[in-house]
Amino acid sequence: MQSVKGKRHPLLRKLWKQRAFFLMLLPGLAYYVIYKYAPIVLGVATSVVKYNLRKGLAGSKLLDPWYSNFKFFFESNYFSQLLSNTLIISLSKILLTIPIALLLAILLYECHSVRLRRCVQTLTYMPHFLSWIVIYGMCFSLLSETNGLVNVLIRKLTGHTVPFFTDAHIFRGVIIWSDVWKSVGWQSIIYMAAIAGVDPNLYEAAHIDGAGRLKSIWYVTLPSIMPVVVTTLVLKCGNVLDAGFDQIFVMYNTAVRSTVDIIDTWVYRTGLEQWNISLSSAVGLFKSVISMILVILVNQLAKKWEASVW
Amino acid sequence: MVKRHSERAFDALVILLLAMAGLVCLIPMLHVIAVSLTPYDEYLRRGGMILFPTSITLDAYREFIKEPYLLECFMTTVVSTVLGTAFNILMTVLMAYPLAKTDLLGRKALNLFVLIPMLITGGLIPTYLVVRSTGLMNTILVYIIPGAIWSYVLIITRAFFTQIDKGIAESARMDGAGEWTILFRLILPISMPIIATIGLMYGVGHWNEYLSGVIYVNRPELRTLQVVLREVLSRNTEAAVDVTVPTKTLQMAGVVFTSVPIIVVYPFLQKYFTQGIMLGAIKG
Repeated sequence: MQSVKGKRHPLLRKLWKQRAFFLMLLPGLAYYVIYKYAPIVLGVATSVVKYNLRKGLAGSKLLDPWYSNFKFFFESNYFSQLLSNTLIISLSKILLTIPIALLLAILLYECHSVRLRRCVQTLTYMPHFLSWIVIYGMCFSLLSETNGLVNVLIRKLTGHTVPFFTDAHIFRGVIIWSDVWKSVGWQSIIYMAAIAGVDPNLYEAAHIDGAGRLKSIWYVTLPSIMPVVVTTLVLKCGNVLDAGFDQIFVMYNTAVRSTVDIIDTWVYRTGLEQWNISLSSAVGLFKSVISMILVILVNQLAKKWEASVW
Repeated sequence: MVKRHSERAFDALVILLLAMAGLVCLIPMLHVIAVSLTPYDEYLRRGGMILFPTSITLDAYREFIKEPYLLECFMTTVVSTVLGTAFNILMTVLMAYPLAKTDLLGRKALNLFVLIPMLITGGLIPTYLVVRSTGLMNTILVYIIPGAIWSYVLIITRAFFTQIDKGIAESARMDGAGEWTILFRLILPISMPIIATIGLMYGVGHWNEYLSGVIYVNRPELRTLQVVLREVLSRNTEAAVDVTVPTKTLQMAGVVFTSVPIIVVYPFLQKYFTQGIMLGAIKG
């Protein structure tokens, strides 16, 4: 009836006006669909079928009952071992890293020599950027029973050596402490920033009240940055099922597998070594869903905590 | 007087503990570098007790460079790091910039679209199946395309663009500049701090790439240096007693060789390296 031009739907007009933005978004959206969403959908699909390696999903039959992979996993004896290994390693890493990083941040803040502070910062942040293969090489050179620096020292002191890489229980300690070594400096950056944000008037007031430096750390610094510490703790607990695949995959061996085999390493072996695609997808999906629930819970908790502090 | 005394003791304690923290990080690196430079017979004579090399040789490095396909793998790693990082930055910026526009149509839905894969992931095996079916197996693109955008990096980049003064884009638009011109001519030049920060994050990720090289690639020249190093490290030490530069010093030469770019670049760009974690922390 009337000329449509200029009278188009306001939404369409806005879309036309913003066409350049949508063109910019296009590659990213395509990437997200293919490499982030398709694996989610495929993960759900493969975990309920008997996956046919040659024909792919289309040639695979639905399992009867559809949840048999999940059932098999929960009833198998891997389940409790994998879960407890994952939780032990993950929680040990969290509970060791946070206090040590906090201590390091406080020490760096209390240090009056700028040169020493810079030096220690550079050195302690560095391991974060080294790959796990490099760190594995370092551990190997330090801890090996033949000519490992640490073991040579231990032998000189006690007369015997410690089997760091072959004793399953000691090896779990190697996994935990090498991760602490790698991440403490990096974690301390957050706490440094939190300490730098503490109101200087508080320190002055404490000083006037006769508090020494130890007391001002205890009564001013720690309470002021506690919210940040608790927030990092809570957020890390949301990722508690990620016990460090990249690290353990590189460092473990069959002799010590019993104590360091986590959900992710088991999924890798089941899927890409034994080619049981369905079962490993199901376990991966299980882990992902639990993680999602944890992360959402934990974020709510962190928000509540922050709200209750202010 | 008493107070001053305790102050001094406190300072001394702080310095002592910090020095220990520094040494705990320094000694392993120093030891590895020293071993890699030490002649093997001396390494054996001193039983691994080496922090400073008394005599220096590059034999272990010469031997490491002779590893089969080392040059090709080095090139693979360099090319995937350079091209991959450039691609990462381009993809991330192109997606983050529009998402930072407050009046973008469907902005809420798009942000949810980005958030969901941060909460739930397909996991290793389905990702493997997708990468395989998109034809990237055994190509260098497998290091570049599947990890093109890290959600975390996208979020901090978006946060940076949100804080940029809107007036800049607005006045350019008045002058008739297109959105692409505004992004590449005006916004990017003032966004160099964030580009450097995310570039380093992606770059380190590429240089340290290991898993993709193990699961997606079986052509030896397409392995990354990390994969080569892992293989060298797992080689049995006793098996090579008759070789002139046996494995232990060779292994440590490999460790140093693969981490040199990071050790050399990092102290100079520390500011940009550490910015990544702070931007994320502020965002919560």
